[in-house]
Amino acid sequence: MTAGPDGAQVRVEHIWGTAITLDLRDPGDPDRADAAFAWFRRVDDLFSTWRPESEISRLGRRELTTADASPEVREVLELCDRVRDESNGAFDVRFGADPRVVPREGFGPIDPSGLVKGWALQRAAERLRAGGAENFAINAGGDVIVAGRPAPGSEWRVGIQHPWQRDKVAMVLGVSDVGIATSGRYERGDHVIDPRSGMPATLLMSVTVVADDLALADAYATAALVKGGDGARWLADRRLAAATISDDGIVTTNQWLRALRLADTELGSFSPAGPRK
Amino acid sequence: MRRAVPVIAATAGALALLANFHTRPAVSSLALASPSSTLAPTSAPPTAATTTSAPPAPGSTAAGTPSTVAPATPTTAATVTRTFNGPVVTTDYGDVQVRVTMRGTQLVDVQALQLPFDRSRSQQISAEAAPMLRSEALRAQSANINAISGASYTSGGYIQSLQGAIDRARA
Repeated sequence: MTAGPDGAQVRVEHIWGTAITLDLRDPGDPDRADAAFAWFRRVDDLFSTWRPESEISRLGRRELTTADASPEVREVLELCDRVRDESNGAFDVRFGADPRVVPREGFGPIDPSGLVKGWALQRAAERLRAGGAENFAINAGGDVIVAGRPAPGSEWRVGIQHPWQRDKVAMVLGVSDVGIATSGRYERGDHVIDPRSGMPATLLMSVTVVADDLALADAYATAALVKGGDGARWLADRRLAAATISDDGIVTTNQWLRALRLADTELGSFSPAGPRK
Repeated sequence: MRRAVPVIAATAGALALLANFHTRPAVSSLALASPSSTLAPTSAPPTAATTTSAPPAPGSTAAGTPSTVAPATPTTAATVTRTFNGPVVTTDYGDVQVRVTMRGTQLVDVQALQLPFDRSRSQQISAEAAPMLRSEALRAQSANINAISGASYTSGGYIQSLQGAIDRARA
């Protein structure tokens, strides 16, 4: 924990293979950060597809039944099933159990990684609020929750990563009390598979969803990325604030997203050199 | 979920900026200088106008000026450029070591001295996470942004070595 500008208490830990930053702006209660990071570690224990002993790995090997799993695991799997049904199968955490899928380390038969990070942050935010925190931000490898304000009279400014220019953001949103999730194909190549066809997702390089619940935002962003050309409309039908960036650099925003976008940050000319290999 | 790695509790302010972007041009406890022109974000922070259009009242000193309108004043130390090597961090994928370049108290560059290349997974981390974290570390001090939403990335030992380098720079 370290003191930052504006009296912020900032703590970063490396969990889930990524950096989690907790930025608390209310006068200090050091136990809050400890509790939040203890929660993140518990989530890793339960859900890591890289750990053979995690509940999610044991479920994948059929050593554990859903009925015997922890309440957290059951809740996450129920949410995953809900998004699978809503997306007509574009989001399916059991895709890895398909016998045609070649097993890969870290990608289990049941892999809720597309939702669990957002879900864990959402629950962490609820715990922080229950403990009296009102103004904070959490960022876990690109999934972001903001609450209240960074300082009186200002709002949280959250950038959306430019897909192929590392030192730029595609736009900046002014937000409060929402979750922002971005799914993209630019970080780990064409690793996003359409569960319906088994083929890599195409057309969209990046999908950002802003919603009250980061768990759903996370999963919806992944589903829309898989849906490709139908993704933006599918999100709009659900009245979700969303921005998509296509492989050829076309930025599409809907009315709810535009209400959050800060005017001074829109890229005047979006002229990508082309997607990274 | 990616492979579990040892938890690193980061305590120095600069590392906290890896994934977190403080917005104020004000002089802070981290003593971050204002962004240099080479690191300027795509659009000027709206608060920049405040810093240039509000001269201190007569009789007030820079130190006495409210921090929200005080321009970050370059100090003598801000002109000194030095490099610091982080420790060699052994990860599951190989050894990682980074070097930071500081101008005064400002982080101006991060270079990887060693990255693992022995396995495909290592190459993935080396090729993707390192540039990502480098740009985030630099952008942290230049962009008027609190956080970045993007596709998830992995970091391995890079953060740990970066932390060590920054600690040495601040020692």
